[in-house]
Amino acid sequence: MGDKQLRPLSVVKEGETVKLATINAGQGLKSRLTTMGLLPNVEITVINNSHPGPFVISVKNSRMMLGRGMAHKIMVT
Amino acid sequence: MKKITVALAGNPNSGKTTIFNMLTGARQHVGNYPGVTVEKKEGLCKYAGYEITVVDLPGTYSLTAYSIEELVARNFIIEEQPNVVVDIVDASNIERNLYLATQLMEMNVPLVLAFNMSDVAKQNGLVFDIDQLSKLLEAMIVTTVGNKGKGKIKLLDAIGETARQGRMERTHKISYGEEIETELTAIETLIAGQERRLAEKYGPRWLAVKLLEQDSDVAAKVHSKEVLDAVKAGVEHLKTIFADEPEIIIAGRRYGFISGACQETVKSTVESRHTTSDMIDAVVINRILGLPIFLILMLVVFLLTFKIGKFPMDWLEQFFGWAGKTITGFWPAGSDSWLKSLLVDGVIGGVGGIIVFLPNILLLFLAIAILEDSGYMARAAFVMDRIMHRIGLHGKSFIPMLIGFGCSIPAIMGTRILENRRNRFTTIMVIPLMSCGARLAIYALIIPAFFKEKWRAPMLWLIYLIGIALAVICAKILRLTVFKGETTSFVMELPPYRRPTLKAVCIHMWQRGWMFLKRAGTIILAISIILWAAMSYPRPSDELLAGLNPEQAQQAKLEYSTVGRIGRAIEPALKPLGFDWKIGTALIGATAAKEVFVSQLAIVYAVGSAGEQSQTLREKLQANYTPLTGFCIMLFCLISTPCVATVVMTKRETNSWPWALFQFASLTILAYIITFIVYQLGSLIAG
Ligand SMILES: Nc1nc2c(ncn2[C@@H]2O[C@H](COP(=O)(O)OP(=O)(O)OP(=O)(O)O)[C@@H](O)[C@H]2O)c(=O)[nH]1
Ligand SMILES: [Mg+2]
Repeated sequence: MGDKQLRPLSVVKEGETVKLATINAGQGLKSRLTTMGLLPNVEITVINNSHPGPFVISVKNSRMMLGRGMAHKIMVT
Repeated sequence: MKKITVALAGNPNSGKTTIFNMLTGARQHVGNYPGVTVEKKEGLCKYAGYEITVVDLPGTYSLTAYSIEELVARNFIIEEQPNVVVDIVDASNIERNLYLATQLMEMNVPLVLAFNMSDVAKQNGLVFDIDQLSKLLEAMIVTTVGNKGKGKIKLLDAIGETARQGRMERTHKISYGEEIETELTAIETLIAGQERRLAEKYGPRWLAVKLLEQDSDVAAKVHSKEVLDAVKAGVEHLKTIFADEPEIIIAGRRYGFISGACQETVKSTVESRHTTSDMIDAVVINRILGLPIFLILMLVVFLLTFKIGKFPMDWLEQFFGWAGKTITGFWPAGSDSWLKSLLVDGVIGGVGGIIVFLPNILLLFLAIAILEDSGYMARAAFVMDRIMHRIGLHGKSFIPMLIGFGCSIPAIMGTRILENRRNRFTTIMVIPLMSCGARLAIYALIIPAFFKEKWRAPMLWLIYLIGIALAVICAKILRLTVFKGETTSFVMELPPYRRPTLKAVCIHMWQRGWMFLKRAGTIILAISIILWAAMSYPRPSDELLAGLNPEQAQQAKLEYSTVGRIGRAIEPALKPLGFDWKIGTALIGATAAKEVFVSQLAIVYAVGSAGEQSQTLREKLQANYTPLTGFCIMLFCLISTPCVATVVMTKRETNSWPWALFQFASLTILAYIITFIVYQLGSLIAG
């Protein structure tokens, strides 16, 4: 898994499960996402990628909505 | 009686307010989406020799605040230091909910964990080893089902017990790993030496962790330069080691601690709790179907508002008609008694004129209650995100806007969930464009007067959509001018759908309906009496009325009165909109409260007519105005002058009179311009 290409969450297809690598954002946003459970190595499943709209992802068995801009900033493998 | 303060903290939507209501018997607002509660609320509860002040807090994921409502929660826990903090944990979502608990543990606050939603957890096949978990977290754990009132006594016992123990040093510390621990120890020692007061209040370890997390509020409390320098050096050092912010590493370790604790104590027998919700969502928030479904749901609500609302409305109308006749019967026929006129024209006309719309309004409130309790609210935010994004806001802004369909006041407060100030202010400015319940009364008066049965619901739908569209356009303009700045993105938890309980939905509907009735019986009553007086006095002398037939005499009297004179004075300004002076004065009255528009028209037409009333207000409107004027009235009421209460609320939440007045003035001007264009174009087309 670890040697897979780094890519933004925004390109991940529905139904795919990926691992969070880093978040390319300012300190505030980054720590906010972290406290909500989006930390390095956590598994993320994309439930709904309603291009060009927002996302629904599954993290630690709960559902979260993300704006597309946010999904661009989250790098996954 | 020993007095203690207990704070209810926890993640958003974990059931804090539900537990608060269970403990105190209050009826605070509950709903199935994150961010329902945005300010702290207090209540009393007596149990086993304790007088407990229970404080319901807004939801927060951690003790670092990112938005205003989180700040309220954080400040209360940190600064007020309640005797006991009850962390309301959503047991069906345990790991992410225990994050806050780890921070509370670190503060050494007397802590009780309420594993709420334990029914859902059970259903999802989660089994907890409560004793073991309680030992690991060093806090009492009680399982509860808030909406069924289960676990109340156990929870109160745990609160009492924990209050007796008081603050305690915990033995299980979350270990942040050697590198961070070294820094922590160094900072802790410095704090203990140099910041004695702080150390005493908050504990050196918690302060050290918070400082390494670069919490600016905590850093602002520290005066010792030595401590701050040590923190700065520590942060830099850790950054080079981990190639990441220390706070991210710290958060990771906390989650690691939680995972470890849960591995030993939580057994999961079934996977995933979301299957049904996901299936519904596959349709409801589908990229193509999402928006049409939202619009159709709205139309259905309006259809029902008219279809079902019609019958009780007819009964109420008949009742007030009968009441008017009965009271008139106390006086000899043709009597000119002022008391009769006050009671029949002023009170029954003004207040009754509003109350007849209670059924429609209750139905709308019912729809809003279902919207809030089912979990669709968050979905609407999702569906609208694309549009909202284009205007420089994001989906989350749509939640307060939807609340605005009930009333602008809670909607404006609800914008506290928006982290970004520009987003928040923009949203506040456009919220009055969302038709509130009071305006529904105006629409429910006008629409049936001028439009055929089958066009009524679509017409109402259209008015609401015009409101949304204008809100979108105005927001865009604001974002391009006064609130310029880059568009931010949002993140929000999506709660699972829940079946709304009949009881909860009825309570919501009734609470709002009752507010409406109470307003009708107090403010609207008072205004109606004032308006009646202003429409009846001063009276012209008999000479002036000589030679007029009764109908003309009545008109002459009305025009001679205070309201008549004001109306005449402003009539030229309103002519281009298709409004006569009667509508004009009603529009002025509507700034006090939107419903007054209806009362005022009712009174004007009652006072202004001679003899007994046989026609309903609707029939009189039909006889006096065209459908175009009817539409323009609705348009003007939709856009113009938010009511006084809204202006005051905007002032409070933006903390600025200029913004509140800007909102008031610009919406009124906008209303004038748009109504002017529509009326002039409409008149041209109609020839
Ligand atoms: N099944 C189930 N539902 C619950 C339970 N407790 C609360 N709920 C529901 O969960 C939803 C959220 O409840 P609230 O009390 O508003 O949650 P809150 O923590 O105050 O939410 P915020 O104020 O938004 O932070 C509501 O729909 C409640 O009816 C429970 O024990 N079981
Ligand atoms: Mg709440």
